[in-house]
Amino acid sequence: MKALCWYGKEDVRVETVPDPKILNPHDAVIEITRTAICGSDLHLYDGFIPTMEAGDILGHEFMGEVVDTGQEVKKVKRGDKVVVPFTIACGQCFFCQRGLWSACDNTNPNAWMMEKMYGYSGSGLFGYSHMMGGYAGGQAQYVRVPFADVGPLKIPDGVPDDKVLFLSDIFPTGYMAAENCDIKSGDVIAIWGCGPVGQFAIRSALLLGAAKVIAIDRFPERLQLAERGGAETLDYSRCDDVVEELKFRTGGRGPDACIDAVGMEAHAASISGLYDEIETRLMLETDRPMVLRQAIQACRKGGTVSIPGVYAGFINKLNFGAAFAKGLTFKMGQTNMHKYMQPLLQKIMDGAIDPSEVISHRVGLRDAPRMYKVFRDKQDHCTKVVLDPRAA
Amino acid sequence: MSSQFADFPFLRTRRHVNQRKRVSKALRIPMIAGGATLAALGIKRRSLLGAGMAAGGGVLIYRGITAKGAWPSTLICVRKSVTIAKPAEELYRFWREFENLPRFMRHLQSVRSSGGKLQWVSSGPMGKNFSWEAEIVEEREDELISWRSLPGSQIENQGVVRFQATPGDRGTEVRVELLYRPPAGRVGAAFAMLFGEEPEQQIREDLRRFKEMMEAGEIPATDGQPHGRRSKVTTLLKSVSSFGRSDEEMKAQRVVS
Repeated sequence: MKALCWYGKEDVRVETVPDPKILNPHDAVIEITRTAICGSDLHLYDGFIPTMEAGDILGHEFMGEVVDTGQEVKKVKRGDKVVVPFTIACGQCFFCQRGLWSACDNTNPNAWMMEKMYGYSGSGLFGYSHMMGGYAGGQAQYVRVPFADVGPLKIPDGVPDDKVLFLSDIFPTGYMAAENCDIKSGDVIAIWGCGPVGQFAIRSALLLGAAKVIAIDRFPERLQLAERGGAETLDYSRCDDVVEELKFRTGGRGPDACIDAVGMEAHAASISGLYDEIETRLMLETDRPMVLRQAIQACRKGGTVSIPGVYAGFINKLNFGAAFAKGLTFKMGQTNMHKYMQPLLQKIMDGAIDPSEVISHRVGLRDAPRMYKVFRDKQDHCTKVVLDPRAA
Repeated sequence: MSSQFADFPFLRTRRHVNQRKRVSKALRIPMIAGGATLAALGIKRRSLLGAGMAAGGGVLIYRGITAKGAWPSTLICVRKSVTIAKPAEELYRFWREFENLPRFMRHLQSVRSSGGKLQWVSSGPMGKNFSWEAEIVEEREDELISWRSLPGSQIENQGVVRFQATPGDRGTEVRVELLYRPPAGRVGAAFAMLFGEEPEQQIREDLRRFKEMMEAGEIPATDGQPHGRRSKVTTLLKSVSSFGRSDEEMKAQRVVS
């Protein structure tokens, strides 16, 4: 089959590799009908995530048709159309039983690597480094899916792929980020980053009853999309002081919750931005927390900072004193996918939201390497790239 | 010798072993690691200077391994615990069938029990197998099993596994304490250390696989899945660092029936 393989920083290629097969009794093999490039794939592309190996197949947002199942698979069967969550969960352990699916104990064959870095290991993830399990990803024609009765969500006939594909990651991720804000009547939510996760966080916050969402970015097409989703926008490149501006727009109170939908590769044309640029180049820190600092500074007293943006290593000069003084709550982590997929499918079926509106580019798998660069550099008004592995 | 060893109380031995470990780590491991790095860099250069570096590295490795005094793994004590969301009796029953152990212990080839004695076969570095005989010292149903090797064994060892219900209905805490003298003396230990086959890590991974089998019904695996061309360095490192059975070899035994 054809698959997109990682070979190093800014080096991804479509290669011919062997087809995946059933390795464990709860596995299924899926022929992929749609897959996407995620913003977090760009962290791999830029070489920010440790324990990648040349030849690794990328991709953790995908859906398709079941073509083979292991002997213990009971619920899904050949021919089923399914969306697969990017986190792999066993469904049986302490964490799965309590809804903390992304903390599953039993799905990371390389758990020791993550334990060395983080103390404990989370669940295995598709196509996202060996520390996260080393599972082959889904930017390919076929993929092996472990625990096929636990993760994959069956999609009813007649629903277009593009509408449900993002149940694999970014819609639940944006939704959990909003849910983590514990939104009450009258709440104002500020969201940094109007990429796809930011877009879903905006729409989810409004679905959950936020009075106002202020969306922060600098790319006009992304701000327009945020506006279409019901947010008020703030172009930080035309604003002297984001924290002051947010204060002004919230009657001096500050946002009730702040969402960092940017993560460790933030950019900012400020002293703070320059500082992080230098420190990461000197290997004094690994992640650039500009957005996190601003979110902490801007958040109202007793508010919540919710972080769907990915952080991987160490950050310096975090204004933790401000967080302490204001008594902030922090909520973060990989999305507990399995909890959100069914209810969010229902919202799509009910017409409450159409996730396909974030798609800006549809191409064949062959064009994926070029699209990584286009997406990373935000050329050509790129917000979300969907790949069709069946296309030539 | 082995009867003496079997008499060591666990706690005293552990402290004793740890002290030795600290001393030797300070001197020996940097010597071996530095030697290996120097040798590798030298070999890469393919020049006269490179040859000199490789030779110097070799001397360092040799000195590190053969230096007088306590070797860190002359006696190894490992304590690890894991919580498994299953009742103690189920876990006890599975463990008590010693033939089951190789299903989650990667380095064990087989365990056979006959006439109250256990015949263990374990794989070691470079395709070498080790075997020993052991007897059960004590067993308390659903609670504890302890064993020790018989005199004259290739690997002297004793161990105990305890099963205890957790507070708050989270399952069972499984605690393993193991005391052993590794195989092939210094060479075996040097191999084990250089290639990351630390006994602590081995036991940790074995217990993790036990938990995965009992809770999820399978051990997660990625050996055998597709990938693009690997770099030569990765392939080489993997081939020298792995001993014990591969995922593929363990597969037949992976499912709990």
